[in-house]
Amino acid sequence: MHELSLSGAIVNTAVKHADGRKVKLVSMRIGALRQVVPDSLDFYFDFVSKGTLCEGAALEYEMIPARLRCTDCSREWETDMPYFMCPDCGAAGHVEVATGDEFEVESIEVEEAECIAPR
Amino acid sequence: MHRTKVKIVEEALDANNTIAHANRHDFDHAGVRVVNFMSAPGAGKTSLLERVAKDLPGVRLGVLEGDVQGSMDADRLASLHIPVIQLNTDPSFGGECHLDANMVRSAIPDLPLDEIDLLVIENVGNLVCPAEFKVGEDARIMVSSVTEGEEKPLKYPLMFRACELVLINKIDLLPHLDFDLEKFIYNLDAVNPGVQKILVSAKTGEGIEEWRDWLVKAGSPVGAAA
Repeated sequence: MHELSLSGAIVNTAVKHADGRKVKLVSMRIGALRQVVPDSLDFYFDFVSKGTLCEGAALEYEMIPARLRCTDCSREWETDMPYFMCPDCGAAGHVEVATGDEFEVESIEVEEAECIAPR
Repeated sequence: MHRTKVKIVEEALDANNTIAHANRHDFDHAGVRVVNFMSAPGAGKTSLLERVAKDLPGVRLGVLEGDVQGSMDADRLASLHIPVIQLNTDPSFGGECHLDANMVRSAIPDLPLDEIDLLVIENVGNLVCPAEFKVGEDARIMVSSVTEGEEKPLKYPLMFRACELVLINKIDLLPHLDFDLEKFIYNLDAVNPGVQKILVSAKTGEGIEEWRDWLVKAGSPVGAAA
């Protein structure tokens, strides 16, 4: 359900960098720990972007798996479940997120008017 | 026409975080500590505030009450004669299901910051979106009631990871429920290892003293003895 709120943040970020140009593509990097449902984000993005420079733009995602790291024994592992506990040494509270927290607008593609240079 | 790729690499919530920083700066400047108070609808946020609002030695409490609609909770707290400001997300903010930094910023001029030491921002009841949007708080508290089920930390890890204190409310109902408290605490620690927990009942008053002490400490000026 947070996809509606998040799609607003994506549109704002893209529009800010579009500098008045029409946005055709927004590329995102989304970590698994953000619990984002891509279909749902697509749906809300289409809705929220109406009337903005992002109207009609496509969204593409790179989904980043959740990788956790134990600062005690340096083990790094990928996880589907949000268990912040080291499978090797059992340490809790010394586990940090290596990847999986991302919610970044990586790049956008914008439409440029052809530049007609004077000869 | 041709297409140009513009490299951005920016956290999409940066704009919100920037405003949250500005809010935090204003609160710090006024010497006000701020707590973001979150839970699912009906977990007991308002009742837990009612329990302690008049009994915080040395701490003057103010509440910013976030709701989609209505002022029922704000009215309850205002009847205790503490400053309460209602912030409705409908219609000004499109009926949003959470407070964000910009909404809180819009309420700052209405807040009597020189009359309070601690501002509790009671967020809209929701276990998902409030976790994403910082509002300029010093600390985040969530309430999870035992009627909600012990698997909730695993289902809503964003929220359970985001807070420094979890109030486990309605423990007076434990004898009547299948709720496995030990399992809940295990799941909570798996998601947010070592997070502080207080078992409370807004109804019977159990655990309320510890909750009150936590708030007094949170609302005391930085560096002051707790």
